[in-house]
Amino acid sequence: MEQLNAWFTELLSGNAIFTANTLGYYLDGLGSTVRLVFLSLIIGLVLAVPLAIARGSRRKWIKWPVFLYTYVFRGTPLLIQLYLIYYGVVFIEGIQDTFLWAILKDAFYPALIAFTLNTAAYTTEIFHGAIKATPRGDIESARAYGMSRALMMRRIIMPSAFRRALPAYGNEVIFMLHASAIASVVTIMDLTGAARFVYARFYAPFDAFLFVAAIYLCLTFAILYLFRYLEKKLLAHLKPING
Amino acid sequence: MKKLLALTLLGVVMTTATAQARDTDEVRLAIDVPYEPFVYRTPAGELEGFEIDLGNELCKRANLDCTWVEQSWDGIIPGLLSRKYDAILSSMAITPERENQVLFSIPYYNTPSVWITRRDRDIDINDKDALEGLSVGVQRGTIRDSYVTQMYGDTLDIRRYSSSQDVANDLVSGRLDLSFEDYPLAVDTFHFKDDDSEFKKIGESIKKPVSIFGKGAAMAFRKRDRELAEKFNQAIRDVYADGTYEKLMKQYFDYDLSLPVGEK
Repeated sequence: MEQLNAWFTELLSGNAIFTANTLGYYLDGLGSTVRLVFLSLIIGLVLAVPLAIARGSRRKWIKWPVFLYTYVFRGTPLLIQLYLIYYGVVFIEGIQDTFLWAILKDAFYPALIAFTLNTAAYTTEIFHGAIKATPRGDIESARAYGMSRALMMRRIIMPSAFRRALPAYGNEVIFMLHASAIASVVTIMDLTGAARFVYARFYAPFDAFLFVAAIYLCLTFAILYLFRYLEKKLLAHLKPING
Repeated sequence: MKKLLALTLLGVVMTTATAQARDTDEVRLAIDVPYEPFVYRTPAGELEGFEIDLGNELCKRANLDCTWVEQSWDGIIPGLLSRKYDAILSSMAITPERENQVLFSIPYYNTPSVWITRRDRDIDINDKDALEGLSVGVQRGTIRDSYVTQMYGDTLDIRRYSSSQDVANDLVSGRLDLSFEDYPLAVDTFHFKDDDSEFKKIGESIKKPVSIFGKGAAMAFRKRDRELAEKFNQAIRDVYADGTYEKLMKQYFDYDLSLPVGEK
């Protein structure tokens, strides 16, 4: 560790911008970005599964509210949703006296809520499409076995739908990572926040933003690689035999 | 219009006669709006304010044909370097980092910075232990940002905003405990001098250390444009010397922000 430190100091000497201090900001920013994106994706995913099933329901009073939700959240910019949740809720009468304020007071949770609701809306539509695309034969076979609707959902429809949704969902994960760059407008020191801070301090846009772009690129490649691996594993049975 | 054209033509003839660069007769000045009372828009959309008046006066004296360009703060130096305009006249404080990038004129004013909190809060700014864990809002990339980062980086939770209005919002809502703000900007955004204001100033006004707060606000030029900077320097000395500066200042401020001329 000592050695690494010395090596780092050596590497950075004679460089005004990338000192151990500013790199610390980038590192903290990386932590915030990863935490924010990871949590919103996980919670969004958990929300999206029942919502996707509800979205495909035949009952209008189940189907339409979900449709309305995905329609609104996919139809408006995430930045606006974030502004509404961060700055907007302040103006709700009496909100500061409720337990909710403890959560909303921080910048992190409003951002997490906005991101989660946004990704849940997109993921719901992705899953809904994948469920709808279940081959009729699969469903008829399941019926022939006498499966109940719930069992059929669990054993036949959902597993195959998840597999089909995988490539589209991989894109959503990457979009979410990139969209998270707006977190810095509500004072969160994420990667972009760190870059803006360094930029504002040294007026060196290329150094500050190219560096952070490289970090985002690495994260994107890591996500791509992960989904490649998952697809290869989970969709192996769909590959052409001599492909 | 004809008169203006004639004047411009005259200017061109005169400047070419003295073999000066072509771009010195038409000067584009960048300004970040709004920043009352330094610069703001009237309901009719006209630019007005102390810096607008001062800038126009300086241009008149330097025989320059100036136009104003609006540019948000965080891109104002890159815009200058990429020739979107020729000078910045936007309350920019002289700092060593900025001096690496641009050429400054002599400063034309200097204002202190102040701590602001909610009227119902009781905070002793000099008691470092009591400040532990409190949050402070600053405008990103300003000298106030540098000051709290350097002096209170370990004590206060620093939140950086794009505008001081956002800081005010979060101070009202209780997301923030403190704000550190430029004095005139604080007067304008937080109205802390009014009796019914939700905010108050705490502690002393701060102008030091010079290494952070700089030597005052000055115009900024590209480093190569020495001649242009010198013209404005002379004009600044002139408006100070004949009392025009003081007249303009009293039109907008009830406090003194003038500097001993030539101090740098």
